[in-house]
Amino acid sequence: MAVNQTLRSGAWRVVELLTTPLVPTDYLDVVAPLRNARVLRARIVAVRPETRDSVTLVLRPGRGWRPHEPGQYVRIGVDVDGVRLWRAYSVTCAPGGLSVTVNAVRDGAVSNHLIRNARAGMIVHLDHPAGDFTLPATRPGRVLFVTAGSGITPVMGMLRSALHELSDVVVVHSAPERDAVVFGDELRTLAADGRIRLIERHTRTGGRITPAELAELVPDLFERHTWACGPNEMLDDLGAHWARAGAEELLHVERFRPTVIAAGDGGKVTFGRSGTVVQAAGDVPILEAGEAAGVLMPSGCRMGICFSCVLPMTEGAVRDLRDGSITTAVEGDNVKVQTCVSAAAGPCHLDV
Amino acid sequence: MTTLQRKSVNPIAHLSADDIEAIGRELDAIRDEIVASRGERDAAYIRRVISVQRRLELGSRAVLLFSLFPPAWLIGTAGLSVAKILENMEIGHNVMHGQWDWMRDPKIHSTTWEWDNASPAEQWKHSHNELHHTYTNVVGKDNDLGYGIMRVDEQQPWHPVYLGQPLWNFVNACFFEYGIAAYDLELGRNLKSKKRRRSPEFRARLKQVRRKIGKQMLKDYVVHPALSAATGSFLHTLAANAVANLVRNLWTHSVIMCGHFPNGVETFERNSIEGETRGEWYLRQMLGSANIDGNRLMHIMTGNLSYQIEHHLFPDLPSNRYQEIAPKIRDLFDRYGLNYVSGPMPKQVGSAWAKVFRLSLPNRGAAKIAAAAPRPVSGRKQQPATRWQRPATDSAPAHAGS
Repeated sequence: MAVNQTLRSGAWRVVELLTTPLVPTDYLDVVAPLRNARVLRARIVAVRPETRDSVTLVLRPGRGWRPHEPGQYVRIGVDVDGVRLWRAYSVTCAPGGLSVTVNAVRDGAVSNHLIRNARAGMIVHLDHPAGDFTLPATRPGRVLFVTAGSGITPVMGMLRSALHELSDVVVVHSAPERDAVVFGDELRTLAADGRIRLIERHTRTGGRITPAELAELVPDLFERHTWACGPNEMLDDLGAHWARAGAEELLHVERFRPTVIAAGDGGKVTFGRSGTVVQAAGDVPILEAGEAAGVLMPSGCRMGICFSCVLPMTEGAVRDLRDGSITTAVEGDNVKVQTCVSAAAGPCHLDV
Repeated sequence: MTTLQRKSVNPIAHLSADDIEAIGRELDAIRDEIVASRGERDAAYIRRVISVQRRLELGSRAVLLFSLFPPAWLIGTAGLSVAKILENMEIGHNVMHGQWDWMRDPKIHSTTWEWDNASPAEQWKHSHNELHHTYTNVVGKDNDLGYGIMRVDEQQPWHPVYLGQPLWNFVNACFFEYGIAAYDLELGRNLKSKKRRRSPEFRARLKQVRRKIGKQMLKDYVVHPALSAATGSFLHTLAANAVANLVRNLWTHSVIMCGHFPNGVETFERNSIEGETRGEWYLRQMLGSANIDGNRLMHIMTGNLSYQIEHHLFPDLPSNRYQEIAPKIRDLFDRYGLNYVSGPMPKQVGSAWAKVFRLSLPNRGAAKIAAAAPRPVSGRKQQPATRWQRPATDSAPAHAGS
């Protein structure tokens, strides 16, 4: 066994020498992009329209994929107009498969790109599944799901994989109108078969559901374990309601992280590793702001040409001082920015 | 730009400070246009070049397994030479300039790229991107001018050792990748004194280079030949690899000589760049670089460094776009009465070599008189350079949002 391993790692080192300065998988990527376990990718197997502005992508992940738990999300990287952008989507199928449902976000670069351009055969980039919006291993007796809009997607993942283990399920779902209900037919069929109690709310006619209404519709509210996913105002309302009843531990909430960052002029810059925080003006390069605060910053030409000062921005927004263009990063991103010609355009976090 | 003022004909005497700032504004506008239109098409281009290069290299290596047979040797060697040239020029050089960083692909990024060359990417980026591109053609600051081993400007005092420089230049061309590694290490300067030799920083960098060279040598001269040994082609593959490296070295050396050495290209004095504005920096790049005329294949094989002028103005714009902006740049040169130095490769290489030969001897004629002229006193204000700041327009602020 040990001999085998030594032989194999020895052989691998020879292969690595053959391809130096690249790694063997760089060549593999040219012919078989899904075989590379170090860079997780998936092939789109099918694209199914759901509503007018949502589609389901059925994906076949490549080597290295770890199966998800129902309710978790996965980050998908897509090249939009040549630029790789990452977004998180809830997995909507049972473990063993991988499908996500993409709802159009107004001005959303990735969602609209996928809805228009996703085709079977396309390769996308993947991150491992994450998130703790999941059912416990011992399934609770009575369950309530409160969802709105695309908040149904993680819940659909749970229903599709664990409904047979749940005895009493109520789903309260809001959408602007009947046609805009993602998975509407499937939910209604489940309700017709008596497997769930479905309360469907159309906000365009009925308005937003209030906690008081919810208490009326589901009288045994606080005897149930509740999973809620939807807009922040709705989740805030629910949180307050459950807190008033002293039943916080029964409520599980998933917030979709806002991906829109309003770019301003200057802002608080956090240098993550040193823990230094400075208030930087909108016309001062981050390199200078960091140096003034005593952060050891990599630097070079100081005019934007040598790329020696490039650092990862993990969150926030910066403005290119030369042309005014804005670059943003949301949680989970790792966007490299040139600190000598970029100024804070709002709070931002740099990994240095 | 005091060196210029000492030439018999000063190429910028007719330009006012306002003209220079206007040139800067025009160039920034061209840059904005390209930045705004970068997209899918450009990303597809670099991915395609990388894919073609890797397939070509794999294919050539496979053919060389049978290099005992002369046709296989020829095809494999030619293919490997082209693959190595593509890898160094159109891919490595340009990726390390950050030309493709905007794609946010961690695999094609200036911070992660390592190339098939004796010089480690990190060190090369410092000496090339930072020193050469910031201080282009400033004698004493930009060591690309003669790589510290040659006399490339009439202003440099002559010494008998320069008699041998045509020979050094040829040897350097043959072993160019090692020459570059030594140059990145500032070997000459660092080996001179014991203190420098022993400094931990120098030793760490030396170790980095040794490791890189070791791996490169092991790959080309041991492991790949060993694989071919099964068909009795060990020595043939070894020779093929050596020839491919030689071809790549000679080619890159020639292309690079064409960039800043041919006749008509200006050099600058150290004190001429104090407090230099963005417009003046642009102007120095325009006057300090030269292009090579040619067809599409030629441009790709030079990594689009045949558009050296455009590359030096905008080193971080995708290389496939230089061709598109070249006519606009040329028009700018014409309108401001500047000399756009360009010519076919044999002419430019010849011109560069002629300079190497000419300057191996002491100055004669007009050059002697110019070099002996008193140095003008620099009248510039000494300020920290803020070259990223755009020349202001009358109506709008220098940049949005500040």
